[in-house]
Amino acid sequence: MQINVKVNGVDYHHDVEPRLLLVHYLRDTLRLTGTHVGCETSLCGSCTIHVNGKATKSCSLLAVQADGCEIKTIEGLASNGDLHPLQEGFKEMHGLQCGFCTPGIIMMAADFLGQVPDPSEEEIRYALKGNFCRCTGYHNIVKSIKHAAAKMKEGVTV
Amino acid sequence: MSTTNGLIGQSVKRVEDKRFITGKGKYTDDIILPLQTYAAFVRSIYAHAKIINVDTTAASAMPGVVAIYTGADVADINGVPCGWQVNFKNGDTMKEPKHPLMVADKARHTGDAIAMVIAETREQAKDAAEAVIVDYEELPVVVNAAEAVKPGAPLVHDDVPNNMSFDWELGNPKAEVDEAMQKAEHITTLEFVNQRLVPNAIEPRSYIGSYDAANEKYTLYTSTQNPHLIRLLMCAFVLGIPEHKVRVVGPDVGGGFGSKIYHYTEEALVTWASKKINRPIKWTAERSESFLLDAHGRDHITKAEMGFDKDGNVLALRVKTFANLGAYLSTFGACVPTYLHGTLMQGLYTTPKINIDVTGVFTNTTAVDAYRGAGRPEATYILERLMDLAALEMNIDPAELRFKNFIPPFDGVNQPGYQTQVALQYDSGNYHGVLTTGLQMLGYADFRKQQKEAAQNGKLLGVGFSTYIEACGIAPSAVVGSLGARAGLYEVGQVRVQPTGKVSVFTGAHSHGQGHETTFAQVVADKLGIPMEDVEIIHGDSDSVAFGMGTYGSRSLAVGGSAIVKSIDKIVEKGKKIAAHKLEASADDIEFTAGKFTVKGTDKSIGFADIALTAYVPHVYPKDLEPGLDFSSFYDPANFTYPFGCHIAVVEVEKETGRVTLKRFIAVDDVGNIINPMIVEGQIHGGVIQGVGQALLEGAEYDDNGQLTTGSYMDYCMPRADDFPMIETATQVTPCPHNPLGVKGAGEAGAIGSTPAVVNAVIDALWSGGHKVKDIRMPLTSERVWKAMQGEVIIKN
Repeated sequence: MQINVKVNGVDYHHDVEPRLLLVHYLRDTLRLTGTHVGCETSLCGSCTIHVNGKATKSCSLLAVQADGCEIKTIEGLASNGDLHPLQEGFKEMHGLQCGFCTPGIIMMAADFLGQVPDPSEEEIRYALKGNFCRCTGYHNIVKSIKHAAAKMKEGVTV
Repeated sequence: MSTTNGLIGQSVKRVEDKRFITGKGKYTDDIILPLQTYAAFVRSIYAHAKIINVDTTAASAMPGVVAIYTGADVADINGVPCGWQVNFKNGDTMKEPKHPLMVADKARHTGDAIAMVIAETREQAKDAAEAVIVDYEELPVVVNAAEAVKPGAPLVHDDVPNNMSFDWELGNPKAEVDEAMQKAEHITTLEFVNQRLVPNAIEPRSYIGSYDAANEKYTLYTSTQNPHLIRLLMCAFVLGIPEHKVRVVGPDVGGGFGSKIYHYTEEALVTWASKKINRPIKWTAERSESFLLDAHGRDHITKAEMGFDKDGNVLALRVKTFANLGAYLSTFGACVPTYLHGTLMQGLYTTPKINIDVTGVFTNTTAVDAYRGAGRPEATYILERLMDLAALEMNIDPAELRFKNFIPPFDGVNQPGYQTQVALQYDSGNYHGVLTTGLQMLGYADFRKQQKEAAQNGKLLGVGFSTYIEACGIAPSAVVGSLGARAGLYEVGQVRVQPTGKVSVFTGAHSHGQGHETTFAQVVADKLGIPMEDVEIIHGDSDSVAFGMGTYGSRSLAVGGSAIVKSIDKIVEKGKKIAAHKLEASADDIEFTAGKFTVKGTDKSIGFADIALTAYVPHVYPKDLEPGLDFSSFYDPANFTYPFGCHIAVVEVEKETGRVTLKRFIAVDDVGNIINPMIVEGQIHGGVIQGVGQALLEGAEYDDNGQLTTGSYMDYCMPRADDFPMIETATQVTPCPHNPLGVKGAGEAGAIGSTPAVVNAVIDALWSGGHKVKDIRMPLTSERVWKAMQGEVIIKN
């Protein structure tokens, strides 16, 4: 089937198998390997991207379902070479160790902070419930997201 | 510890982060080689079954299929080996049946591989795997280790009587321990299950095997914690291919926690078959395969008794454990419940008589091996549960009971190391210190008041303690060799100073989240007095790193870091000779500080970069000195390192439902000298939550048919962010006396200390409400806690 998608601002047109998962399309066809596959069942959150601005688990969507959609992946989050405040926050607060879950968590958090710009610790922890991290115990992820929220409030542009 | 430019001891932000936060990390599954094919496996749906026939006819005709191999095709290839030999009490060697790459005759656990299907695409390989027809004859199944040794139990391997791989003991003779126990005024007894866990690194295992026919050379990309070890095991023990014709690369790896140490069958299979089809083959586990096949952790059934005199002094410890090994011996499967477990039975206490008896048992389950802490969490669980329970039973304060029994402080320099009853000699320790700090952070006196008030208001608050020790820095080769290790456990560190003074460091350790690219660079830059940007850490490729034993057992900095320091010392020594020649002084009069070689007592000096350039452009140069500035060292430690600490959990138990809420978690850890406090703290956080996960949430369960009923994230409860509070951490520093950095290791501490603290806290909460419960089977779900409060005891595995 033919699909047209815009990924990180670039238009793509591809003929794909109907059963191809969106995450495999991004990883294998477009070679955007920052989006990871951790469970194929939408539970671990490693594959989280933005579809039309909303955080979405790309292992649970077919590529054909994304036809006509605008997609943003971790590779498209920084703008003009400037890291997104969340990317800065994760580095600053040691919010990652092995880094495998990190892109998915950052993409989830980017959507979350758009909705809840000044979240409490409890709200951040609740927002993270669909993303697993086995390395950090979540402690520094919570701090990273808080750090980013504070920076974004100060007016650091997204 | 000393620093030349302030880098050692600083929370330097990680240099590896940029690639991960921008999506530019490169994990094995991110690699696509030209002409790459994909493998999918046909796996046994039964836990124990004869394989009558495997029909690949239909599958072979499916679109895109390149080749299909079955157990019969690999029957003549060796199995994957066990890296550690354990002996029976009578001296007989452990039973070590073959772990074949794929099975041809019978499957011994659900998921045992029967056929490998290779096709042009991932989907075609999976389609064709489904078309392979296997005829089985089901056999009786055994999953529980204590059941499996009973007469008449089904045999996992026909030639292993009673399913017993080994029957092992350590410590004082049993008769002596029995005698000491008889003198005890009080004996605390616990019978419990330390449940099976699934490691759950978020990156599933992934391998690409490829063969370059022109150069007759194999390459294996693998999500491993130890590329050189995989190469050694695969070449020398399994495939019999020459080591110098195999390159093993462990690129970015998405978490290991022990589960990526082992040499897995799929690694050898994709490598072997890549030559057969002369094309690269990738296999990446699905999450359900990760659950079924990544070596599991723990799974002990234990009875432990601790005897005390009337004042609460420990007189004796007696432990009997049945360790479930799974269907096959994994790489360190035999070592974990014995030499990484029995050797920790001294704990922090002066217990004079100790005996531990461990039976290693085969069952129709996934192999069990090291999982974060590996034997040491199980040992700590025994000791620390006994301590808190004994305190409740004897009505002594649990902190007081520990202070009374602690080994007195010793630094390993002015006071000798502490010789335990179970083979090890501790290097240095100050156990009173960590508990004192923990009590201060908790506000212990206030807490007990709050607890009383809460009980009066019908609320159950509890506090649990765990003062742990672990043996890390694995390990002195001669010692582990005498204990059955089939490999040396040194590490390799090469420091190559480039002509311009920039430095490339090659380490045999492998980073999969630990931040070596930062910590090791801090050490090198500090020791050489140069900026961190001038140092690059290279790891994970057997073609660039000379050799290595990899990362596990909290060993990387203590062993790998020490190897790097050894090479730096050689660089400095040679640099002094070059400087002496240029400055017309004696090498003995040259000192190296802050990146400069100086003639003592003068202002005559030469910078590090100038010396580097001179070494590569040796025009004005000592006559008998080789050019170049590049040294490699092997470091074999003198002893293990012994980090220790105090973990304290505070919980609230909801009376009506048994729901446990972790209110506070305090971790005071002494991991020796600290290079990067931020990274150490991060390691503690992660370990703590894994340990708390075991206490409250996680558990792998097999049904009586050997089906893993917790084989997905819907059934296996992973710790999530909203399950926990922030963790309160502190560190104490008692340097390791026997390695050059004075470091001990921080990777496993969190997972070792935390589990018993949480369970103890729940038991304490229940006692505060009058429920004198001794044990609740982990994980402590609401149902189990509630039932325990109603007087129901759950001990079934």
